Amino acid sequence: MSKSQKKILPLPKDVFLSQLDFSSFIDSFPQGVLLLDSRRKVITANRIFESFTGYTREAILGTQGEHVLRSSFTDDGNIIQKTIDGDETVTIEGNIINRNRKKIPIRFTISPVSLESGQVSGVAIFLEDISLLKDLDEKIHGFPGKDKILGHSQKMQEIFELLPIVARTDATLLILGETGTGKDLIAEAIHKASARSRHPFVKVNCGALPESLLESELFGHVRGAFTGANYDKPGMFRLAHGGTIFLTEIGDLPLPLQVKLLTVLDDKEFFPVGGSKKIKVDVRIITATHRNLRELVKHNRFREDLYYRLNVLRLQLPSLREREDDFRLLLDHFLREFAAGLNKNITGFSAETIEKLASYPFPGNVRELRNIVEYAVNICQGGSIEPDHLPDTVMSMTPGTPHPRPPESNMTEHGNIERTEIAPVPPRDAHHSPPPNGWEEMEKRMILEALARTRGRRNEAAKLLGWGRSTLWRKIKRYDLN
Amino acid sequence: MKVLITISGKNIAPRFDLVTEVLVANIDQEKKTATRVRTILLPRPSAEELCSLILKENISTVICGGIEDTYYKYLSWKNVKIIDSVIGPFTEALRHIQNNSLASWAILTGAATETESL
Repeated sequence: MSKSQKKILPLPKDVFLSQLDFSSFIDSFPQGVLLLDSRRKVITANRIFESFTGYTREAILGTQGEHVLRSSFTDDGNIIQKTIDGDETVTIEGNIINRNRKKIPIRFTISPVSLESGQVSGVAIFLEDISLLKDLDEKIHGFPGKDKILGHSQKMQEIFELLPIVARTDATLLILGETGTGKDLIAEAIHKASARSRHPFVKVNCGALPESLLESELFGHVRGAFTGANYDKPGMFRLAHGGTIFLTEIGDLPLPLQVKLLTVLDDKEFFPVGGSKKIKVDVRIITATHRNLRELVKHNRFREDLYYRLNVLRLQLPSLREREDDFRLLLDHFLREFAAGLNKNITGFSAETIEKLASYPFPGNVRELRNIVEYAVNICQGGSIEPDHLPDTVMSMTPGTPHPRPPESNMTEHGNIERTEIAPVPPRDAHHSPPPNGWEEMEKRMILEALARTRGRRNEAAKLLGWGRSTLWRKIKRYDLN
Repeated sequence: MKVLITISGKNIAPRFDLVTEVLVANIDQEKKTATRVRTILLPRPSAEELCSLILKENISTVICGGIEDTYYKYLSWKNVKIIDSVIGPFTEALRHIQNNSLASWAILTGAATETESL
């Protein structure tokens, strides 16, 4: 204490004297921070740096800085050392491979850290994720992140207006939708448009890991918590601090972890596995599932209290079957994308191919449509996709299976690709009918619509649906539509 | 087991896509021995070309630093085991791999004490 009182500018000295205080101090920085000594060995790092790289500051202590950074400039020129030797701050753009094995563009600011004597004792590296800058224009003119989501159906346009509202709040959001409908894209787009966009977006698949591993993955563990826990692991909640955690397949979350998640939702704090010290986090939680959570609650496989806690805001993504206006748009978009990637001059789909695709139910939704187009583009050697180029799954479909037909418009024009998507569940007191839940509901609605249009004449309704009369009769009986 | 390690000086190179030198070794996990086959200098850093080399050389395990998901998935699909995000001297990595005790995200002994390689 007496030592620091003698100094004219005691703050930096004080900060550096206390490792713990300094760690807390750099945790408040909005960028990733890595502090190296004069030999480029790690002194400490902040939470954002941990979430960028996946390494904890304790684990990398003393490690060569460039090996931890995994940046594009570490192998050539040795910029860090030049900064230490030259005593000048350098700003450079490059990239890093992050903990999700993604290459993300980064602006590095490398500043020498000097002692009062003027001698450089190390270097501070600030990492700013500049991938967001690319979305700046979108932020000004529209909703960022939506460029990855295609569609222009009426339903989507109406719903799309809700996304910025959902992004502005910190309330827990539940995204529902069949597989391949774009739940992940929506979650990421909402994060990018939110005030938390400068902080991490962390995705965890709750169905991918067994319970014991998932608990450690989500909440972290302390060294010695179990066999093989050789060092502290921060856990995804801690890595997402300040940002958003996206828990996908939440319907598969084991019951014991549901209790723990409930506690985090209520208290915003938790104990890591084997830990005795509570960790406090500031995280927005977005969850998603393709399962019917209400049904899971009924069967005691999902906690009712957690269901209501997660269901503060809810978005129901429409299946491809409900997006008939987008069907052709998506086809053309993916065709263009894959044809360009493979350097092929494919101009479009033959009428027969379109008919075949239109009769396919696409249980895997947009993802499946994309895969089918990719397959076809790879197989196709000519200038147009023919039915022969489609995978067997599509070709083996019996004709007449109902599917919303693509619009008759000349949408082969690739010019204007607009963005989509998502339909929230309408309020319970809405006058219009709720969106169909799965294929059966959709089919039921189509039968009713066909019967209404043909004024109850079943022969005509069957023709309209592309079925035989007996098929329609069987389905009417099955759905109890008499 | 034929192992390829992306190297930079004495250490495992931090980036798969920027590496210009790799080490190929034969590992016998039963006898716990490692035979250094050769060191290959690459004409330029290229993840695609390195993937081709890995497949051409019939490598069964790759030890590297950061690797992009595209190449990770591609090599995994080709049945090449990837142990990535490893930090430390490649000799330490060889010692661990022959004892079958090397995992992704390992920070090996010597990562802190090894002298600068750049």
